[in-house]
Parts: sequence; structure tokens; C-alpha cells
Amino acid sequence: MVWIIVIAVVVVLLLGGLIVLYNSLVRARNKVDNSWKQIDVQLKRRHDLIPNLVEVVKDYMSYEQEVLQNVTKARSQAMQAQGPAEAGKAENMLTGALKSLFAVAENYPDLKANQNVSQLQEELTSTENKISFARQLYNDVVMAFNNKVQTFPSNIIAGAFSFSAREYFEVPEEEKEVVAVDLR
Amino acid sequence: MYEQIAKNKRLSYFLIVMMTALLIVFGFAVGYAATGVGWFGLVIAVVIAVTLSLTSYYKGDKIALATSHARKVTHEEAPQLFNVIEEMAIASGNPVPAVYIIDDSAPNAFATGRNPENSSIAVTQGLLDKMNREELQGVVAHEMSHVRNYDILFATLVGVMVGAIALMADFFLRWSFWGGGRRSGNDNSGILGVILLVLALVLAILAPIAARMVQLAISRKREYLADASAVELTRNPNGLANALQKIADDKEVLEVANRATAHLYIAQPIKKFSKKSRGLFDTHPPIDERIAVLRAMASGAPGAAA
Repeated sequence: MVWIIVIAVVVVLLLGGLIVLYNSLVRARNKVDNSWKQIDVQLKRRHDLIPNLVEVVKDYMSYEQEVLQNVTKARSQAMQAQGPAEAGKAENMLTGALKSLFAVAENYPDLKANQNVSQLQEELTSTENKISFARQLYNDVVMAFNNKVQTFPSNIIAGAFSFSAREYFEVPEEEKEVVAVDLR
Repeated sequence: MYEQIAKNKRLSYFLIVMMTALLIVFGFAVGYAATGVGWFGLVIAVVIAVTLSLTSYYKGDKIALATSHARKVTHEEAPQLFNVIEEMAIASGNPVPAVYIIDDSAPNAFATGRNPENSSIAVTQGLLDKMNREELQGVVAHEMSHVRNYDILFATLVGVMVGAIALMADFFLRWSFWGGGRRSGNDNSGILGVILLVLALVLAILAPIAARMVQLAISRKREYLADASAVELTRNPNGLANALQKIADDKEVLEVANRATAHLYIAQPIKKFSKKSRGLFDTHPPIDERIAVLRAMASGAPGAAA
């Protein structure tokens, strides 16, 4: 009789532990998926802001058609990109094109004085920050998820229900060199 | 940074345990001396303190915002502040808090709200005028960390215990003053009863002071924790360090702060004579030491003593 109770208690405890671990794995995986979506939200916002910027800036920068065209081209490429690898490359092109646009804009005092431009610049600066913070959060939650997948005892359940470790977002080479542009 | 976070979490939990121990020992001594039943006083004091604290837990944010004359702003009114707060919300994976501005020229900021879903961040106009984007981001990250670390819940919990201890001390001192001690002395005749009564009297005087000291020690640990968590969000210790330096060098006094809301702010709003001075009754650690810890993080050296 006593043995039956002992075994029953052990089984219940094991089952309970299993459920808790399984749920925490699912929750961690959902966080990974959600934070990946957050990056997309911010990238989309950047795409939406660029036409406004080009519209405001083009009157001042009639001699800089090439810079503006680069931005517009990079934007449409980024929007049409298929798959994460291509999209990542196109988004980086866009980041670069925007950087050179703002660098050139430094030469136009009228432009810098324009209220609309400074507002758009703030919005774009913030969107760039949000993209990188969203990527940072993505890597943080991937680390939390991978820790669960790889450490004992949750790795047993991860193995049984085929949860596999996710990949980190890697910063592309060209973004690693910091371009010092004071936008204020 | 990560060691700083782990260390300050550990220390504040240790202080919570100490506080609980103080509450139990004191409650038991008072209850036993007064009624002969140890847990009686403890239960009553805790019930009263919990009831009082529920109000501050659910309404505290409204009260704090109202007493500091904070007004709610929209994205259009303060685009940069809004953007910076959104950035930090993204970095921490939390919902975006409500944004308030206090019309005061002294640079300061505070966060309130019982959980990330019901949180608010208030900054003074002076902060917006005097900080650049990077420094503002550091300050907002510090406030966001208070929200993320559930420091409001933490402070409420500690407040309940301090309140319970103060209540018991008060009750007990009045009760023994009105001659309760004589009756009780007859009930538990013998040396033990007398010793307990004396012990309870001494405790009744010392415990509230000790409790307040532990509470403020916890508050200071949570500040270091919020500084370190802020760096985890921005990955930029210098932004917050520069902001703290500017706040420390600023001569203006925040007029809307009072002793009840002082612990909420990023830096002690009630200025002292020396930036290095440290006291057992400070809500915040010395600002120079906080800056030093942040600078050490920036240079990659192991954190200075906290």
C-alpha cells in the first residue's frame, strides 16, 4: 500500500515537472517568433517613412539626384526581397544609402533648418535604433530559448518534442564599421 | 554588467529575507509579551499593513503622478521622448508605458506602475532641455528597468513589512504605557515573562528604525540594479553615466518632489551638501559611485564596489 502511494506521488511529480518544462519551452519559442516579427514591423516602418523623406528633401537637393535615387532603389529592392538572406542584404543596402543621404544633407543648411526634415530625421533615427534594439531583443530571447533547449533537465523534453536551438541574428560585416555622422 | 545585475538581485533578496526575519521575531515577541500568544500580534499587524498597502499598490501611480503635477503627452507633443521610450520598450520586450512630462526645470525622471502593462514614465522638462539623445536614452533605460524588475511591487512589499513593524511597535508601546505590562506579568509569571517583556520594549523602539534602514538599503541596491539593467538595454554605459553627471552638476532643486516620492526618482531629488556623502537614510546611492560603476562597465573592467 505504502509503495503504491510513493510511486503515485513520484509519477504525479514527474508529470507535473514535465508539463512545467514543456510549457516554458513553448513560451520561450513563442517569444523568439514574436521578437522576429517585431524586427519586420520596424523594417516596414522604415519603408513607409522613406517616400516622405525623399519628397521633402528633393527640392533642396536637386544636384544630388544620384543619392536620392540610391535610397529609392534600395527601398524597392528591400521591399521586393525574397527570403531572410536576400532581405537582410537589401536592408543593409538601404541602411547604407540612408547614411550617405544624411551625410550629404549636412552640406545643405536650409535643409537642416527645415522643421519637416528634422522631424523625419528624428523618426528615421529612431526607426534605425528600433531595428537594432529589436534585433538585440531577438538575440536575447534566442539565448534564453537555446539555454533551455541545451541545459538539463529541459533538454530531455526539448529532444523528445523536437525543439531545436535557433540561430542568432549576425551583424553583417559592412555594418560593423561605425560611420560617425552627427545628425543633430 | 551581468555580474552587477546578479549581485544586486542577490543582495536585495537577502535584505528581504532579513526584513521578514525581523518582522517575524518582533511580531512574535510583541504578541507573546502582550497576549501570551506569539502569532496574534503578527497576524493583526500584517492584515492592517496589507490593507493599507493595497491602496498604494493599485492607486500609487495615479497619486505619484498627480502630486508631481505630471501631464500626459502624445507622440506629436514630444516626438523624441516618445521615440526613445518606444526604443527602450522594444529593447526590453515590454509594452510601451504611458509618457508624462513634469514642467520643472530641474533634470530628473521617475517610473511608476505595478507591472509593465500598467506603467508610466515621467520626465521633467529640464531633463529634455539639458540631455542629448544618448543621455535621455540612458535615463529612460534606467526607468524602464525599474518597471521591468518589478521594483514598484518590490517597494510595496517592503513597505508592507516596514508598516507592519511600525504598527506593532506603536501598539505595543501604547499598550505597555497604559499598564498592560502589569497584567501580562501576572499571566506569565517567572523570569521568562519579564525578559520577554523587556526584550519586546527594546525591540519596539529599535525595530522601526532598523526596518527603515533595511528598506532604504534595499532601495539603494535596486538603484544599482536598475543602472546595470539599463546598460543591458542600451549597451552603452556612458549615456547614463553622462546623464547622471549632468544631474549631479545641476544646481536646481526639483520643487514637486517630496519625501514621499523621493525614492521614485532617478537621482535623489532633495540635494545634499556633498555628492560623495553616504547615509543610512538615503534612498539612492551616492551619485559619484553610480557613475564610477557605470564607467567601469564602459571600460570593461570588473565593477567597482556597489
